[in-house]
Amino acid sequence: MLSERQVYERLNDVFRDVFDDEDIEVDASTVADDIEDWDSMMHITLIGAVEDEFGVRFKMGEVSTMKNVGEMVKIILDRA
Amino acid sequence: MKELCYPFDSAYIIKKKRSIKKALLADGSQRIEKRIAVLGGSTTGDIVATLELFLLDNGIQPAFYESEYNAYWQDAMFGNEELDSFKPDVIFIHTSNRNITETLSMVMTREQVDEALDRQLEHFTVMWKKLSEKFGCAIIQNNFELPLYRLLGNRDAYDFHGMTSFISRLNEKFCEYARDNKNFYISDINYLSASYGLEKWSNPLYWYMYKYALCLEAVPYLSHSVANIIKSLYGKNKKAFALDLDNTLWGGIVGDDGVDNLALGEETATAQAYREFQLYVKKHKELGVMLSVCSKNEEENAIAGLNHPDGWLRPDDFVNIKANWDPKDRNISAIASEINILPESMVFVDDNPAERAIVAGQLPGVAVPEMDTVENYIRTIDRNGYFEVTSFSEDDLKRNEMYIANAKRAKQQASFENYEDYLLSLQMSAQICDFEPVYIDRITQLTNKSNQFNLTTKRYTPAQMQEVYESDSYIRLFGKLSDKFGDNGVVSVVIGKKQDNELHIDLWLMSCRVLKRDMEYAMLDRLAEESKKQGITKLKGYYYPTAKNKMVKNLYSDFGFEKLSEDEQGNAVYELDISGYERKCKVIEF
Repeated sequence: MLSERQVYERLNDVFRDVFDDEDIEVDASTVADDIEDWDSMMHITLIGAVEDEFGVRFKMGEVSTMKNVGEMVKIILDRA
Repeated sequence: MKELCYPFDSAYIIKKKRSIKKALLADGSQRIEKRIAVLGGSTTGDIVATLELFLLDNGIQPAFYESEYNAYWQDAMFGNEELDSFKPDVIFIHTSNRNITETLSMVMTREQVDEALDRQLEHFTVMWKKLSEKFGCAIIQNNFELPLYRLLGNRDAYDFHGMTSFISRLNEKFCEYARDNKNFYISDINYLSASYGLEKWSNPLYWYMYKYALCLEAVPYLSHSVANIIKSLYGKNKKAFALDLDNTLWGGIVGDDGVDNLALGEETATAQAYREFQLYVKKHKELGVMLSVCSKNEEENAIAGLNHPDGWLRPDDFVNIKANWDPKDRNISAIASEINILPESMVFVDDNPAERAIVAGQLPGVAVPEMDTVENYIRTIDRNGYFEVTSFSEDDLKRNEMYIANAKRAKQQASFENYEDYLLSLQMSAQICDFEPVYIDRITQLTNKSNQFNLTTKRYTPAQMQEVYESDSYIRLFGKLSDKFGDNGVVSVVIGKKQDNELHIDLWLMSCRVLKRDMEYAMLDRLAEESKKQGITKLKGYYYPTAKNKMVKNLYSDFGFEKLSEDEQGNAVYELDISGYERKCKVIEF
């Protein structure tokens, strides 16, 4: 069983990989505006990388309605 | 870079594209700069980002123009200041079946469907023509992937109402256009999507969510394929195979098992796989790819294995056979220098990961595909696209024969004490004259492929070459050389621009296959004669150093030109007064 803490740790690594920035720290309230390069193209990359990391697939509706990293973690915990 | 070789880890490439780019930029390799406009009928963000990686990996530093979302047609038809001032070298039009504007219905007659097909084709051809007139650059156009659903089931393929039939017919029309128009290339996403798996490729989620016409994981496959076309256009294709023998061209160790016990032929599954691989390798000869052997073996055993009755390859299919116990990187360097190409133009094919690692480490730039098991050999080499064919000349067909003739010349040379006697014994004759239409393709190809014997390394697109050909302001020469061992084809090109009584030599190149044959003197002789005829009194020569053309650094001095200037980078200007010019070449008839 994946703990919430583990999910955040692994998620943090994915963010650092994708944005190629070792200083990134994400928490439940992190949104796209908090990370400088998080534009629509990087969003697609990020979703793909997160899916790959946790072996989950987000549904179409989920990707469009996710408001912050906390909601993403909730879906991962539900499904992984 | 290993990560950018087929088979790809797409998720890794997409995720790490930023750090991969950094690593490529920091690897210290020399790159040519090219301007690439990507005109999309759907999202192109990751396509551009990964295309950049594959181009960097192939020695090309791209600058990109990227159209606004789905603005490909507007950009092409109505222009746009940014695109106009960008002056692309290459335009890639990324469209897909999502951009098909015609709709079909069962009530339509055959004539109506045909009209729809013509209208759909016209939508694209007007755009290609417009772009080609405006920019005169290479155009790369996707064809169409097959539709994701088939209203008529199997009948969709042959009933003219079917979208499957419509797309197949449209694809054939695209191909016709490509056959009839120079500098126009098809990016075959119909094949790519089939090979990848159409269902995954066309996963509609990516369209609904991101307006991607293909799934994200397929993007590197598309970019890689487009990058292959571009690198081929700029002479970055590989030129030769260096092939291991044991467990690469046949199963087993010829020295231990003996020729009779090798797996090669029709007897077993493994034997069949090796036989088919030999045929695949052999077919490359027709493309002008040179074959060589690089194997740890006694030469006698190697030759015996290559004479196996069930093999497709024979010893004389190879321009060079190195079967010895020296380190393979040293053998590959030796082969490259003996056939006058750069090591980085070679593909090293070996089943042994340790040998591959040594070669990859010692000779960065040599392609080292992951040969894991024989049933995958063909796919691994094929999908990497080392030899992507964008142009094809008669010369390519004969290249291996020409190099083998060269080897015979080398043997003969050993029997002469005086080099001039040897050259005379070759009974060389040359045809040196103004460009002729049948040779324009080969001439253009040479300008994009020659790196070593090339004074200015000026590259020409087919359109630019056509302009030179049609203009009165140039003196143009091509040279063909043949001798008693065979015809070398078109091997040298010189282009000079006339200005008052001076001729400025924009381009002087020669294929390395005729080095040290005094062909360059014959070219100079004819250039001087032709220039005099046209009232020229002075030749101006230019040498621009690159990482590869050191061999011609002193060419103009050796010719007797006077050096006028040289800057810190080594760019030099030379001059020769030709009023009292006398022929220098004594060994070639022309």
